[in-house]
Formats: sequence, C-alpha cells, structure tokens
Amino acid sequence: MSAATDAVPAAAPANPISQSVRDSLVVAKRNLIRMSRIPEMVIFGLIQPIMFVVLFSYVFGGSMNIGGSTDSSTYREFLMAGIFAQTVTFATAGAGAGIADDMHKGLIDRFRSLPMARGAVLTGRTLADLVQTALTLLVLAVVALLVGWRTHTNLGEVLAAFGLLLLVGYAFTWIGALIGLSVRTPEAATSGGLIWLFPVTFISNAFVDSSRMTPWLRHVADWNPFSATVQACRELFGNPGVSSSDAWPMQHPVWASLIYSVLIILIFRTLAVRKYRSATA
Amino acid sequence: MPGAIYAEGLVKTFGDVRALDGVDLDVPEGTVLGLLGPNGAGKTTTVRCLTTLLRPDSGTAVVAGVDVLKHPDAVRRSVGLSGQFAAVDEYLTGRENLQMVGQLYQMRAKAAKARADELLEQFNLADAADRTTKTYSGGMRRRLDLAAALVVSPPVMFMDEPTTGLDPRNRQQLWDVIKQLVSGGTTLLLTTQYLEEADHLAHDIAVVDHGHVIARGTSDQLKARTGGERVEVVVHEREHIQAAAEVLRGFGKGDTTVEEHMRKLTVPVAGGAKLLAEVIRELDTRGIEIDDIGLRRPTLDDVFLSLTGHIAEAKDEESGASQDTKSPKRRKETAQ
Repeated sequence: MSAATDAVPAAAPANPISQSVRDSLVVAKRNLIRMSRIPEMVIFGLIQPIMFVVLFSYVFGGSMNIGGSTDSSTYREFLMAGIFAQTVTFATAGAGAGIADDMHKGLIDRFRSLPMARGAVLTGRTLADLVQTALTLLVLAVVALLVGWRTHTNLGEVLAAFGLLLLVGYAFTWIGALIGLSVRTPEAATSGGLIWLFPVTFISNAFVDSSRMTPWLRHVADWNPFSATVQACRELFGNPGVSSSDAWPMQHPVWASLIYSVLIILIFRTLAVRKYRSATA
Repeated sequence: MPGAIYAEGLVKTFGDVRALDGVDLDVPEGTVLGLLGPNGAGKTTTVRCLTTLLRPDSGTAVVAGVDVLKHPDAVRRSVGLSGQFAAVDEYLTGRENLQMVGQLYQMRAKAAKARADELLEQFNLADAADRTTKTYSGGMRRRLDLAAALVVSPPVMFMDEPTTGLDPRNRQQLWDVIKQLVSGGTTLLLTTQYLEEADHLAHDIAVVDHGHVIARGTSDQLKARTGGERVEVVVHEREHIQAAAEVLRGFGKGDTTVEEHMRKLTVPVAGGAKLLAEVIRELDTRGIEIDDIGLRRPTLDDVFLSLTGHIAEAKDEESGASQDTKSPKRRKETAQ
C-alpha cells in the first residue's frame, strides 16, 4: 500500500517555469478569443473613457485653474494623463468579472482538475486584459489628439509613459483577480472592482490641481499611488500641471509608480494564487 | 492491493457541517462504482476530494496508485473529471474547447488538435465543431464536457451526476457513450440520484447518506435488502378484491396489502416475470377481470426508505459544494 502511495507517474513536466509560461499563454489565448466574440464588452470599455475626455474637457475645461492658467486647452493637456491612468485602472473590473464568471460556470473546477501550472488561469486572464488595455489606450490616444492633446517631449519618453501605464494597469488587474475569486457573482465583481476606484482616482492629481486641495486631502493625494502615475505621465508627455509638492512620490513619480506596481503585483498575485488553489465554485 | 480508487476515513467539514464523515471506498481497476445518494449526502464533496479540488480534513485517498494528498499534480495527470454542470467555455467552439484542455494536459498544440478532431467525431459533434458552445443543446454540452474529460484517455474517470437535467433521449445517448467507455477498461466513479442510472452503468453501488457509506453491493443485492419485487393488481370490480387476495396469497412471500378505494392489491413475491404469468393465468381461470397488473421493482425511494428511514429528497437547482453543505440541515426537517 505505501509502495503504491509514493509512486509518481513518469510523465512529470520538464520545467515548471516554461510550463507556467506555456499554460498562461494558452489561457490568455482563450480569453482573447472570448473577447473577440463579445465585442460589445470591448466597445463599452472604450466608450467610457472617451466620454470622460469629452465631458471633462468641455464641461470643466473653462473653469479649471492649472498652474495659474484657466485656458481650456491647458486643461485638456493636463487632463489626458489623468484619463489615461484612470482608464488602465478600470481594467480591474474586467479581470474580476471574467474570473468570477469562470468560477460561476464551473470552468475554474475544470482548470483546477487539470495538471496545469497553478497561477496560469489568473496570469492568462491578466495578460489578455493587458492586450485589451493596450487597445483601449491606442484608441483613447487618437481621441485625445483629436480634441487637442499634444506631447512636448521625444518619442522615447512618450512610449515610456505608455509602458508605465500598461504596467500599472497590469498590476491593478491582479487586484481584480483577487476580487473575482472572492465574490459570488460576476455582477458583484464588476461593481466591487469599480467602486473603490472612484475615491482612488478622484482623490488625486488626475482631474484637478492637487495643490489647491485642503492640506490633509492634498497629503492623501500626494501619496496616492495613482497620483504618482499621473505625475509621471505629465512629466514624460511634457504636459502642464506637474505638481511641485515635496512628497517623495511627487518628486520621483516614475520610480514611485514602478515600486507601487511591483508591490501590488507581488502582494495581490500571491494572495490571488493562494485563493485560487482553494477556490470552490 | 488497493483498487484504482481507494479512500479510507475521508472527513471534510464546512463550518459546523460534516459533509464527509468517514467515507471508505475501494473501486477495483476496470470497474464502475455508482455513488448513490440524495442531495447533500456528500457525493459531490467525495468526488471533489478525490479529484484534488478539495483537501479533506483527514483520511487517505489513493487514485491510480498515487496518494491524492501527497502528489495532487500526478493525480491530475491520471484522472478525467466531468462535472454536474457542463464546464465548457460557451464563447469558444467545441473544437477550441477540446484543444485548450488538451494543451493544458500538456499535449503539444498539434497533438491536441488531432485529439480534438478524434473526440468530436467519436462524440457525434463533428458537425457542430466550429460553432460556439453557446449554441449547443444541453445534451451536446454534456457530451463535449465528457469529451473534455477524456482528452488524455485517463485510466480513472469521475462523473458527477452526468445526466441530471437531461431528457430521456439524451440520457440514453450518454449512457451508451459511458458504457462504451468502461468496456475499454476505464475505472469509473459515477455519482447519481437515480437508482436506474446506477443499475444501468455500475457494477457496484455505494449508498451514501450524511457523509458516509451506509450500504454497498450490487444493484440486485440492494434491491433484495429493500424487500425485492412486488406484484400489484388492480381488479375491475370491487367484489373481486376478496377472490383476488386469495389468489395472491398463494403466490406471495408476505402479507397482501389492499387499497379498497383503488381496487389495488400488492404482495411481495420472488420469481419475476415467470411468476407474474402464473398469477395472470390463475386470475383468468377464476374469471377475475383486471384493469392493471405488473411487477414492481423497488425505486430509489424504496431503497432509501428502507436503508435510512427517510425519503430521498427531490432534486433542487443548487450545485456543487454549497449543496453538500446546506442540505443536511434541511433534510433533518423532512425526515420522518
């Protein structure tokens, strides 16, 4: 009996890392096929940020004071870094809803019964969301150019800003993955993935000049990880409204964004994968 | 030498509910065990523990010669699982679903593709292979789910209520597929709420209730324990009840029960169809006109009633582990 107990079939996988990469790509492909068959979801994901660009720039544009200028074209250039950053964080909801849906339909059970890498189902989902985020950013950038947004630095810096946005968006999808595994329905995952993002993205420098906030709120805004990303993008795009705050993340926004993103990925990936291993539909 | 599926003293609790309370199983290689029980008995939880989806609190489980708790990944390479709810991606085509599962079983993309084609043919899904499974009927989805469990031709299969919710025609079709599968030597553990299903497919049956196995044996053995067959007669005229009762007394093994208002008489018998023919002849000889006569075999309810003292619960719409954790409480209320 004990001899049989310790027997392990010979066909063990060769290399756990290459297996993990391969399995993640298989799952990512599956999620991308799904997205292509539910185009309305991609389209709604695009309409929302475009609506924000138009609403903010035309409704708020004339009454905002950015670095002493109340010109609406200044506000439009100021606004875009905030909209870009907010858009990438909203991918959280998509990741959460997708994973909650897989739980609900019993697909997570199927995956968990297969001899695949443990983190691959979640990694595959977050990779697919990254592709969708990139697509959304591309369309949004075109709209932004149409309403008058311009960059004033070199191509390398502009691409670095978009790279940073993708990394931040990727980090946030891991928060979504944990939410998706923790709630009972895809609907709950969608709202649970969005609600907390409103205070996070509004108590920041994204839509208004944070130096004009009450001191304690300004403090929160300056240390908000989200603000660091917005500040970094403004610097890299050469857009107006770069905060002169003494707070470390505002002084070193690129480093702050990188550190925040890596921390979020490490913490939430660990928690989500652990949750996945014990998940029951 | 333990069987292809072996469990000893499996215990699993959810909060203060003991979903599994010491389950022992031993399924010899190449045989089919039917795990029969009402909702909440612990069937699904047993399957989830044996397929590495749940970790039991205590107990031993060995599947295909591998310790489930020590080497879960090795177990996953050797088992196929087909669940209560067809776990296929509805936005993928049948072919894409099978290819994905094959690749996640660590097959090369090309091999996974070839295997998918083979299975689609075998499961009569070739025509629908390139349609998203959203457009499939319930029966087609079940077949695809089963095919997904068979991608690597695993030596051990688990099926959790494979035909629940299917219409009779689709159920029959799925039974044929399963029979064909086990004739090839696969070891199968099948859970079901239908004695008829276990009867058709399983060599042995284990009846579970309140998280442990309360009886095991072949379907005939279980039915015999339940009191075996009965002959039921409905006479045309009320005046004939007395005469009919006399005839039945001659053939029966026990007391005849009479339901006057229905003109129905029931008596336990042994001897099957041959005896039934004799009863009919005798009734005819005595000029007793009958509306209906038949040999009644025990139903799942009868088996349960005699084994547990309560009636098997009707199927509800809940699923998975949640049903296994919730139902025991409710069942106590309905128990007589």
